Amino acid sequence: MARVYLEQVSKKFGVVTAVNDVTLEIPDRQFTVLVGPSGCGKTTALRLIAGLEEATAGNIFIGDRLVNDVAPKDRDIAMVFQNYALYPHMSVYDNMAFGLRLRRYPRTEIDRRVKEAAGMLGIEMLLDRKPKQLSGGQRQRVALGRAIVREPQVFLMDEPLSNLDAKLRVQTRAEIKKLQARLQTTTIYVTHDQVEAMTMGDRIVVMRDGLVQQVDSPLNLYEKPSNLFVAGFIGSPAMNFVEATLAPRNGALVVDCGSFAIEMPPDLAAIAKDWTGKPVVFGIRPEDIQDVAFARDPNPAWVLPAMVEVHEPLGSDVILYLSTGPTTIVARVDAHSSARMGQPAEVVLDMRKMHLFETETHKAII
Amino acid sequence: MVRGRPRATRVLLYAILAFFAAFYLMPVYVLVNNGLKSFREVSLSRMWAPPQQVTLEAFGKALRELAPNLRNSVVLVVPAALISAALGSVNGYVLAKWKFAGADVVFPLLLFGMFIPYQSVLIPLVQFLQWLGGLLPMPLYGSITGLVLVHVVYGIPITTLIFRNYYATVPTEIVEAARIDGAGLVGVYRNVILPLSMPAFVVVMIWQVTQIWNEFLFAVIITSNPAQQPVQVALRNLAGSQIVEWNVQMAGALLAALPPLLVYVFLGRYFLRGLMAGALKG
Repeated sequence: MARVYLEQVSKKFGVVTAVNDVTLEIPDRQFTVLVGPSGCGKTTALRLIAGLEEATAGNIFIGDRLVNDVAPKDRDIAMVFQNYALYPHMSVYDNMAFGLRLRRYPRTEIDRRVKEAAGMLGIEMLLDRKPKQLSGGQRQRVALGRAIVREPQVFLMDEPLSNLDAKLRVQTRAEIKKLQARLQTTTIYVTHDQVEAMTMGDRIVVMRDGLVQQVDSPLNLYEKPSNLFVAGFIGSPAMNFVEATLAPRNGALVVDCGSFAIEMPPDLAAIAKDWTGKPVVFGIRPEDIQDVAFARDPNPAWVLPAMVEVHEPLGSDVILYLSTGPTTIVARVDAHSSARMGQPAEVVLDMRKMHLFETETHKAII
Repeated sequence: MVRGRPRATRVLLYAILAFFAAFYLMPVYVLVNNGLKSFREVSLSRMWAPPQQVTLEAFGKALRELAPNLRNSVVLVVPAALISAALGSVNGYVLAKWKFAGADVVFPLLLFGMFIPYQSVLIPLVQFLQWLGGLLPMPLYGSITGLVLVHVVYGIPITTLIFRNYYATVPTEIVEAARIDGAGLVGVYRNVILPLSMPAFVVVMIWQVTQIWNEFLFAVIITSNPAQQPVQVALRNLAGSQIVEWNVQMAGALLAALPPLLVYVFLGRYFLRGLMAGALKG
């Protein structure tokens, strides 16, 4: 087990900067997820840690060892690839034993470790098969097994679930999490899927354009996004953003969105009072907007009349696309809401959970 | 009424195909036809007529006369094809999976080798072989060994190209996984790349065996000594100075053409299988 530390690491491919001056500590024994849209540099960051790419600048530490000039095989890491990268000519057993054989482990030790990992993953009966005789989920397990038998300091996983179908993905997601909790091996997991990141990570690193946007626990990322990008990236449906100004009214501060204005709670107003009169971006999550009829204790000042443009029943709840003047906002309301397409509806915004961002820098104010 | 037209074009299509097939097979017919005749019966005017009496005497004689040269050809082709395939495999591996600075310049330069006309290099080649042979305990100019060396070197561009393109289809993640598992440049090749190379080796061997076996120009220039000549050179020498035994000549030509054909017949299966099993992914 070891922590991993990136110190001002950059990686350039020609004129493209894939990873831009990233400093990041990945704590020992934790499950850390790197997440971001494609091209954000998350996979490059992982490959830098693996030693498959060489950093243009900066230092990479695994444990207390500087590994900049250490070959991948000597970094004491194991990696799981998106397309599994099993050796097609070797049996499942040999795939798993390969790394140990190269390291000249005694035969009995190899056998013990392979059998143990196979038992853990439920693939004992597949040990004699070739990869092409396996299903996608089974291949994924073999790829995991190949990493586990090495008992490395760090697991690196590059979108290991993205080739699986939706159901298997959810199932394997939970299994990987369980496995990591059991083995306690420091894990760095790359994904573009924010749901995967939220469900699996102890800590999440959100990246964009080679820069780290925010490093936090899943809940903090959701409740206190540090900027507009993180706020929009985490959560589904995405947070609503409306350009607004803060205006004083009747002794309180309101968020004036043009077509509607809503009063801020006093404690939040106190934080944001310096932005009075300035343009800001108002953000509120769909799940913080509820049909008035189903809201617990609705504050009359936060009620918003709107037209229902689209009505999407999901069973568990309903997604409404609401228009007020030129503004469209998305709400996730109770499944039994009587709101219907093309008809007016009243919703209440939970302004205690509102967000405000600076227009220029996109940084969070609240 | 709609049906008539496609049928007419189809007939035309087959007619054209049949014509070209016949055109292509005509020389083969003459070869077989006259190879089966006796010396008395063979003549220019009766070239197309089938033999009145089928005899294998021409084949027997051709085989007797060409046997040492057929052996020479085997001694030439087997090591030359194997060594050039091995070198192409290693080259292709490094060029496809272990990109070094300047790889993008080296590869096109290597391919240039394919476009050098053999005629243009004959004189320096002979001089080089004489010089190099002088440094070694065995002569290179005039020997099969020298010819093996020439074919190995001239085979490198094409074998490198075929292997490089084949290895480009092998997912790079497999190489990376092996590197993380503990293999280096040589370890990855031996443990991962080489075992996956069978289809490419079959293609390259078919190509190289055919090329080297049928090659005439280098062979006739480098092996001036008849005892060292491969079959394609000896075949020309079957024709005497006074009379030409056309039946023996034809039979000899058939015998000389047979081995590459057999290679294709036997390896062709693997050739196709290799192409089909391209689904390495996953």
